[in-house]
Amino acid sequence: MTQPAANHSLAAERAWDAASAVPDPEIPCVTVAELGILRKVVVENGVAVAYVTPTYSGCPAVLAIELAIEAALLDAGFEARIERVMSPAWTTDWITPEGCEKLRAYGIAPPVKGSNSKMALFGETVVNCPRCGSSDTQKISEFGSTACKAHYTCRRCAEPFDYFKCI
Amino acid sequence: MTGVAIVHSHLFEAVLQLADDHLILGHRVSEWCGHAPMLEEDLGLANMALDLLGQSRALYAYAAEIEDAGRSEDDLAFLRVERQYQNCLLVERPNGDFAHSILRQLYFAAFMHPFWHHVAANSSDETLRGIAGKAEKEMAYHLRHSAEWVVRLGDGTDESAKRVKEAVDALHHYTDELFQGSSAMTACAENGVLPDVETLRPSWTSTIADVFAHGQLAMPEVAHPQTGGRMGEHGEEMGHILHELQYMQRTYPNLQW
Repeated sequence: MTQPAANHSLAAERAWDAASAVPDPEIPCVTVAELGILRKVVVENGVAVAYVTPTYSGCPAVLAIELAIEAALLDAGFEARIERVMSPAWTTDWITPEGCEKLRAYGIAPPVKGSNSKMALFGETVVNCPRCGSSDTQKISEFGSTACKAHYTCRRCAEPFDYFKCI
Repeated sequence: MTGVAIVHSHLFEAVLQLADDHLILGHRVSEWCGHAPMLEEDLGLANMALDLLGQSRALYAYAAEIEDAGRSEDDLAFLRVERQYQNCLLVERPNGDFAHSILRQLYFAAFMHPFWHHVAANSSDETLRGIAGKAEKEMAYHLRHSAEWVVRLGDGTDESAKRVKEAVDALHHYTDELFQGSSAMTACAENGVLPDVETLRPSWTSTIADVFAHGQLAMPEVAHPQTGGRMGEHGEEMGHILHELQYMQRTYPNLQW
C-alpha cells in the first residue's frame, strides 16, 4: 500500500515502503501499515521518522513493533527515529480492507466497523465465523488470548475462533 | 487554555491521581492471574488488569512530562510513599471473592466509561483526549463484562446471590469518593481539561440501578461514605499492595528491565 498522506520525496517513499512491510509481531499475517499503526514516515535531514500510534493501552507488543520498524528503516539505509502519537487514538476502523481480509483468511474475525461496542450494556455484536461465514456464533469471553482479541465459537461449524475486538 | 500557571501543577496532580487509580486497581486485578474460577475468566481478569496498567502507564508518562523534573513514569509509579498516592479507597479494597472483585470492577468502569467519554469529546488537552479515546472503548468492555457477571451472580443461585449481596454491602460505601473532586480535579474541570466528576453521578447511578434491577439486587442507602484516599489516607491494605508493587525498585534501586 502507499503512504496515506501524499509525501513527495523519493526517500520518504522508500522509507515508507521499508517500514510499512513490517509484520505485526503477534498477528504476522498483517503489516503495521494494514493495521493502521504506522501513520506516516517522513525524511528530515536524512533521518527517517516513523509516526506510530499504539493500539490497545496495555498492548505489550508496542515496543516490539517500534523496534521492528526502526530495524527495517536501518536496514533500508536510513537513520531512524520513532515518534509515538497518542492523539487521535487508534481505532480498529483504521485497519485497511486488505488487512481485514487477511485477518479473516488467518482465522481471526475482523472487527465489525462502527459496531456497538462503544457502549451497549447487555448488547451483542453479530460476528461472522471467519471459517464458514455463518453468523450463528456465540461469544465465549469478552477477553481472549491477547489484549486485542475476544473469544468466540461458531455454532454451525463448531470451530472456536478469535474476534479482533472493536475499539 | 487559560490560567496556565495554575493549571500546570493542578494538571500534574490530577493526572497523577488518575494514574494511581488505574495502577492500584490494575495491580489488584492482576492478583487474580492464575486463581480465577475458570480459564476464560482468568484471561478476562488478566486482560482487564493489562488495560488498566496500560492506561496507568500512559497517564504516569504524561504526568512525568508535565512535571518536567527528571522523574520518569517508573519513579512516579514505584518510588513514592503511601501518603503520596491519591487513589480512591475503592480500588485498593482487597479482592475478596470473585463477586467482590467483579462488583468493584463494575463500580469503577461505570464511572470511568462516562469520564473518558467526556474527556475524549470535550477536553482542551490533546494528550488526554488521545488517552481517553482509547480508554473509553476499553472501559466499555470492562463495563459490559462486569455488568453481565453481576447480573449472572445476583440472579443466579442462592449462594451466588448471597455472595454478591455481601459484596454490595462491603463496597457500596466506597463509591461516593469517585464523585469527590480534589482541588486539582476541580481546577482542571474549571479549565475544561477534565469533567466535573459530580456531573457524572447521574450516569453512574442509572447504570448501576439498571444492572442491579437485572440482577435482582437492591440499591443500598449509604449512611457513612468512606473517603480519604484522595488525600493520601489509605486503609491498611494499601501498605501491603505497595510492599509487593515496589519490592523490586526498593530492593534493587534503579533496576531496569
